[in-house]
Amino acid sequence: MSGLHATRPLSWRHRLLRGTLIALVMVFMAVLVLLPLAAVFIEALSKGVAAFMDVLAQPETVSSIKLTLLVAVLAVPLNLVFGVAAAWAMTRFEFRGKALLGAFIDLPFSVSPVVAGLVYVLLFGAQGWFGPWLSDHGVTIIFAVPGLVLATVFITLPFVARELISLMQAQGSEEEEAARTLGASGWQMFFRVTLPNIRWALLYGVLLCNARAMGEFGAVSVVSGHIRGLTTTMPLEVEMRYNEYDYMGAFAVASLLGLLALLTLVVKALLEWRYGDELAARATRGH
Amino acid sequence: MGHKRRRVLPGFGISLGYALTYLGLIVLLPLAALVWKASALDFSGWLQLLSAPRTLAALKLSFGGALIAALFNAVAGLLVTWVLVRYRFPGRRLFDALVDLPFALPTAVAGIALTAIYAPNGWLGQYLLPLGIKIAYAPAGVLVAMIFVGFPYVVRTLQPVLETLDRDVEEAAESLGATRLQTFVRVIVPALLPTLLTGFALALARAVGEYGSVIFIAGNIPLRSEIAPLLIVQKLEQFDYAGAAALGTVMLGFSLVLLVAIALLQRWSGRWAERAA
Repeated sequence: MSGLHATRPLSWRHRLLRGTLIALVMVFMAVLVLLPLAAVFIEALSKGVAAFMDVLAQPETVSSIKLTLLVAVLAVPLNLVFGVAAAWAMTRFEFRGKALLGAFIDLPFSVSPVVAGLVYVLLFGAQGWFGPWLSDHGVTIIFAVPGLVLATVFITLPFVARELISLMQAQGSEEEEAARTLGASGWQMFFRVTLPNIRWALLYGVLLCNARAMGEFGAVSVVSGHIRGLTTTMPLEVEMRYNEYDYMGAFAVASLLGLLALLTLVVKALLEWRYGDELAARATRGH
Repeated sequence: MGHKRRRVLPGFGISLGYALTYLGLIVLLPLAALVWKASALDFSGWLQLLSAPRTLAALKLSFGGALIAALFNAVAGLLVTWVLVRYRFPGRRLFDALVDLPFALPTAVAGIALTAIYAPNGWLGQYLLPLGIKIAYAPAGVLVAMIFVGFPYVVRTLQPVLETLDRDVEEAAESLGATRLQTFVRVIVPALLPTLLTGFALALARAVGEYGSVIFIAGNIPLRSEIAPLLIVQKLEQFDYAGAAALGTVMLGFSLVLLVAIALLQRWSGRWAERAA
């Protein structure tokens, strides 16, 4: 920046252009991003704090919160273990079809959430491949918690893997090779060298994975069956209240998810600020 | 090098085996079930499905709307990235962090919030309606939701590239007498083009399949503001599994095409970066 200014001082036209562009971006982002965020909280409190607290204490709300936490607690660790395994294989070894494997890991990012839910209905639903066999054995997946977890796992599969692959690619394997040469066992190497090197990136991936897992709507909506108190996660509770014209209630539950989003962004910014060097390059941040 | 590494580092078989099994069970097997179910539909079934006015209208809205939204996001995203990277102003870091909000905010929450803003009696909608502008419960509402969810992709893809773009080239162009506009059009835009296209493709992929944020604001009027993913949900609710699978396969096919395009674009922009270095 200084180089540019040294060669050519800011003319008033340049300053005007610059001021206009900054103002334009601020207004655009305020309308596109800030206004919806503000709407969530203001609509949630539109009937006062007491009514808001009342919605949060209702059994439907409480059970939707518990279910959302349960689904995330099951789905996130599954994708965490997968992410570590996939990143280890992809960044530490050469093998045929590596690029294809990378593309398949990315696939859930570009598949419609509705399609993600649909595939499990076709697999495990009453008319599906395994449907009849499952119902003979008394196992329910669709319109039950296992279906919610599967759909969430599908949608959030790439988050941890993507982050770790970019970082471990950049870090290289010298330290791990040194540990092995010095006689460390495989697990010693993993827990004393690899894990400390990737811990912040791991946390970063888990953070994004969790935010999406708790907020996922389309995929879980297809497999849920919307059974109140049993298969409605918080986003589905928002939808059901909204469709029943309980707008304030919908926004009250939505405001909790809004707080989760804000918390996610704050932790994300903190991680980038404090441990930016130990995260994957910013190029991969957008995913 | 590869041989030595393979001997020294453990866990190749178990990590690759686990990753492939997991990916196969979670992603590939279910997608195979989708295509298999869609193949239950014979030729006339496909023809009937794809020529139905409601299907055509929904596909046109999902693909056409996503295209317009992604184009808008490419232009707006370039502008926002430029301002965030090149200018210093109060609140810059806050606005930078806010770019990610559409990623973090659950789609259903975004959907009802956008509806509260753009509905005929909404925060902005009440002022737009007298001007003859109807956004919620119309195709324009679908666009607004698609722009919202796709916005971060362009900025976050462009940002690291613009940050490392060599200023010397710009200064050289200007010292040779190029105007700022000429420098922007002839020097900066070509250097950013592969990355801009990648961001555009990512935003497009997201918007085409978007469901949660769209269905609340769209009003879902058949033939007018009904998106393709909603049609899939409706077919499922009517137990038309083959129809749902067929539409799902069409959307999956488009996702795969975009995925390949994005991979090629990234390779192209990687080459660009190498040449610049």
